[in-house]
Amino acid sequence: MADDLFNSFMNGPDEQGRFGDFGGRFVSETLMPLILELEAEYERAKTDEAFWAEMDDLWKHYVGRPSPMYFAERLTEHLGGAKIYLKRDELNHTGAHKINNVLGQILLARRMGKTRIIAETGAGQHGVATATVCARFGLKCIVYMGAHDVERQAPNVFRMRLLGAEVVPVTSGRGTLKDAMNDALRDWVTNVRDTFYCIGTVAGPHPYPEMVRDFQSIIGKEAKEQLQEREGRLPDTLIAAIGGGSNAMGLFYPFLDDASVNIIGVEAGGKGVNNKMEHCASLTGGRPGVLHGNRTYLLQDDDGQILEGFSISAGLDYPGIGPEHAWLHDIGRAQYVSITDAEALEAFQLCCTTEGIIPALEPCHALAHVMKIAPTQPADHLICMNMCGRGDKDIFTVAKALGFEMGEFA
Amino acid sequence: MTRIDAKFAALRAEGRKAFVAYVMAGDPDYAVSEEIICGLPGAGVDVIEVGLPFTDPMADGPTIQLAGQRALEGGQTLKKTLAIVAKLRETDTTTPVVMMGYYNPIYSHGVDKFLVDAKEAGVDGLIVVDLPPEEDSELCIPAQAAGLNFIRLATPTTDDKRLPKVLQNTSGFVYYVSITGITGAGSASAEAVAPEVARIKAKTDLPVIVGFGIKTPDAAEEIAGVADGAVVGSAIVERIAKGDSVADVLAYVADLAAGAHRA
Repeated sequence: MADDLFNSFMNGPDEQGRFGDFGGRFVSETLMPLILELEAEYERAKTDEAFWAEMDDLWKHYVGRPSPMYFAERLTEHLGGAKIYLKRDELNHTGAHKINNVLGQILLARRMGKTRIIAETGAGQHGVATATVCARFGLKCIVYMGAHDVERQAPNVFRMRLLGAEVVPVTSGRGTLKDAMNDALRDWVTNVRDTFYCIGTVAGPHPYPEMVRDFQSIIGKEAKEQLQEREGRLPDTLIAAIGGGSNAMGLFYPFLDDASVNIIGVEAGGKGVNNKMEHCASLTGGRPGVLHGNRTYLLQDDDGQILEGFSISAGLDYPGIGPEHAWLHDIGRAQYVSITDAEALEAFQLCCTTEGIIPALEPCHALAHVMKIAPTQPADHLICMNMCGRGDKDIFTVAKALGFEMGEFA
Repeated sequence: MTRIDAKFAALRAEGRKAFVAYVMAGDPDYAVSEEIICGLPGAGVDVIEVGLPFTDPMADGPTIQLAGQRALEGGQTLKKTLAIVAKLRETDTTTPVVMMGYYNPIYSHGVDKFLVDAKEAGVDGLIVVDLPPEEDSELCIPAQAAGLNFIRLATPTTDDKRLPKVLQNTSGFVYYVSITGITGAGSASAEAVAPEVARIKAKTDLPVIVGFGIKTPDAAEEIAGVADGAVVGSAIVERIAKGDSVADVLAYVADLAAGAHRA
């Protein structure tokens, strides 16, 4: 399949920044010249060996890549079916996959002579990664974070401040991740000449979805090589959690043309995907619309007004999804499912006690789906799941959900 | 020829500058908003911009954001916004109406259906903030084919190289955003705006109207003096937010209009 370029799933986006009907450049005129400049700079960087040499060096010595491909032996035994591997991106510097992308964007910002970096963050992982890399390169960093998230992710707010970033609590709208993104865009429109907007996921106007995917694809490239080395073959199933979808896109992309590989993205089902809309499952519970620079599946009402997502995981709490996922969904190359808060919490606990890994709530959604399908598969079925973040940031949320009073341990 | 084209032809013939007023449909509620919009022609407004509320107005400052939220909390929808325009048309058949907002509510309604419904309600032009020329096939070209003007924003970042692209499928008038920033932020001076307007007018015969940051009759006069007209939005919306009566809001609008018309 990979031999026939016309049938490759890896050619997107087109010149208009589209993956099929999804993606595009739906931004105000003030931003358009900058988006075009960024696209041109990225096109130059993409084929510049020096750019990638610097990335590789930082990935290796600063982030700690490659991340391990870990055979989860006890989990495999416990579930009694498929052989389960975890791609350990939670072991990266800053504790999640986010830094893979941030490094690329900051190197681009430096090439473009931008001195002021802005970012949006939900759970705080992208904000921490951006603050970290800005500190590393001596750049001014401003992070927009919903006021509600500032409250529930206090440790990450403090981390960002320690790293020298300014954290701006966003109270406009309902004070969540999408409002943080709106305020970041407003900042960008105002400070367009010296500012670089470091977007944390595979969404936003072209070229962001492509660029972020390319930077995160290091996950899938390593996974492919590592499984080849360990098992001598491709995995049968890939599983990753999806908010905007950057860790998933990073894992999936290098495998898109490998027809034998099943690809499954797991959305946050919150309290359940039904008409009460207390979830963040844009693909399973939304419909196409235009927001934040791209056309994609969105949670919205009949009038095209955007709805708030709901999830126990602040990192998945976004009413949209990257346009490439929307396209992979529509053409059927990838399958998208949802997992509820309760199922994710169960996976969280199982992972702690069977593997000695405290996972972030985001990948727990992927793990909960592994728990569903692994027992139905034979022992020679290989599952590779992306463990995209560690759970330190979530212990307070989990304690609350499980009814523990932190004070009890004192 | 749309009502917009006719209005600017008439203003040009009289040697007058245009005063353009923006209010958010459904703010503070449906009935008051309808009363204000229907009163704008009588206050001296030459072109009415009716804001279409959206949950995520990413190019707007707090004033317009909050107006949109008030409208949405009061149950405002695209259909109700068109109903207000239809109501205006019962008493006014000449003042142009431009609907201004973001693409998703229109896309959700269905572009073809929207164009029919908007035309039927009496809308004359559209300003859709998140549809740059790169996305013209979405709405701009179908709208022109349906007889609606598609008005584009030009900004300080629209350089000479890009300007022809911005002007290409623009009709009605060009809206020059005088600052890089969001609505309601600080304003540019007439001295700074004048050369920018000249730069645009060198490339088009369309009227150039300037907006963003105009808050007083004097500022409206100064800015209109170096362009074909001035737009005021946030300053009017602030009066509505404060709870001013319809009569007070319209009196304030009349002062602004008089300022622009002195130019």
